[in-house]
Amino acid sequence: MATPKPRVKLPKSAAAGEVITIKTLISHEMESGQRKDKDGNTIPRKIINKFTCEFNGAPVFSCDIDPAVSANPYFEFNAKVNEAGTFKFTWVDDDGSVYSDEQKIDVK
Amino acid sequence: MRKKFAAMAAGVILASAVALPVLADPVDDTLSIDGVDITTRTKATEGLPFEEIYSGWLFREAETRATEADPFANPGMLAVERGEEIWNTIDGSKGQSCASCHNDAAETMKGIAADYPKWDADAKRPINIELQIDKCRVENMGAEAYKFDSEQQIALTSYIKHQSLGMPVSVDLSKGELQSWWDKGKEAYYTRTGQLNFSCASCHETAMGKHIRADHLSQGQINGFPTYRFQQAAMVSLHSRFRGCTRDTRAEMPAAFSDQLMALELYVTWRGTGLSVETPAVRH
Repeated sequence: MATPKPRVKLPKSAAAGEVITIKTLISHEMESGQRKDKDGNTIPRKIINKFTCEFNGAPVFSCDIDPAVSANPYFEFNAKVNEAGTFKFTWVDDDGSVYSDEQKIDVK
Repeated sequence: MRKKFAAMAAGVILASAVALPVLADPVDDTLSIDGVDITTRTKATEGLPFEEIYSGWLFREAETRATEADPFANPGMLAVERGEEIWNTIDGSKGQSCASCHNDAAETMKGIAADYPKWDADAKRPINIELQIDKCRVENMGAEAYKFDSEQQIALTSYIKHQSLGMPVSVDLSKGELQSWWDKGKEAYYTRTGQLNFSCASCHETAMGKHIRADHLSQGQINGFPTYRFQQAAMVSLHSRFRGCTRDTRAEMPAAFSDQLMALELYVTWRGTGLSVETPAVRH
């Protein structure tokens, strides 16, 4: 599988105090650790186990993820924007890799 | 009194017989993807036993329908993006990529996939997008044909078909011997196979809209392939789906791109004449 690629979608600008919708998706196989290969050996678990979103360093949203979550996890949530700044998103993989993305937003 | 009871019972039976198919009908909903209107129901082409034909989208749950309607949420778009990478990557002994000849797929591939399968005069059989890619790779790029259902084959096919999003499916049966392949495809469609003795028509024509165990049977239209299926959490190619359906009837699976499945692809594509290309569709 190719390297997981995060994708994020949110407006480029918002009115002060506006509640915006943030959509995130990362390509990932989310191998549950409960399947066996054709020789009967367990396929090791490899999932994204944590997702966080921060705005200017302050937490906005975070969650732990378990093996039941299907491939290419998608999260959609809302955030209130009071000032211009940067949203930072991180996904933590079982193998210790951290994938991240950032997106700036202006306040009109 | 006894007579009245019998009449009531008959009334109940009648009511449930009428009510059930209504539950199973395709939903009344419209699809628009990034401002592109998708035809999910249209008048059936002449010769079909339906008045209207329906995209499989109309048979899926609201959440699944919403996932396809939003290209960001649609996991199939990951395959499309991967296809774009492959389109621009040089491969083979001649130092060519798809883009070396075909430039920007958004222009050169627009509408192309809506008209496949076509007649391949060299091979004297129908050719679909997967085989056309292979033909280009072998003849023009000096590269090897893709292995069936390789990640690259599915991604590139999805990318090329996606360029025709929203355009109506049509096949030109007047070219070469396509009409006789259409006949063969029709025969395959109506031939019962396997221990369960089902033909394609048993589920997708006669029992359309009903449930077979937990599966809600659609009309079996193929305008959205390759399709992202939640069941596999992956892209599923058309010939893989044909093989899967055949397996479900407990019959021997025909090989991908075999004469039988190419004829079936041609025939089933024709059955969807007028529906929009939806690639990558999202199904469960």
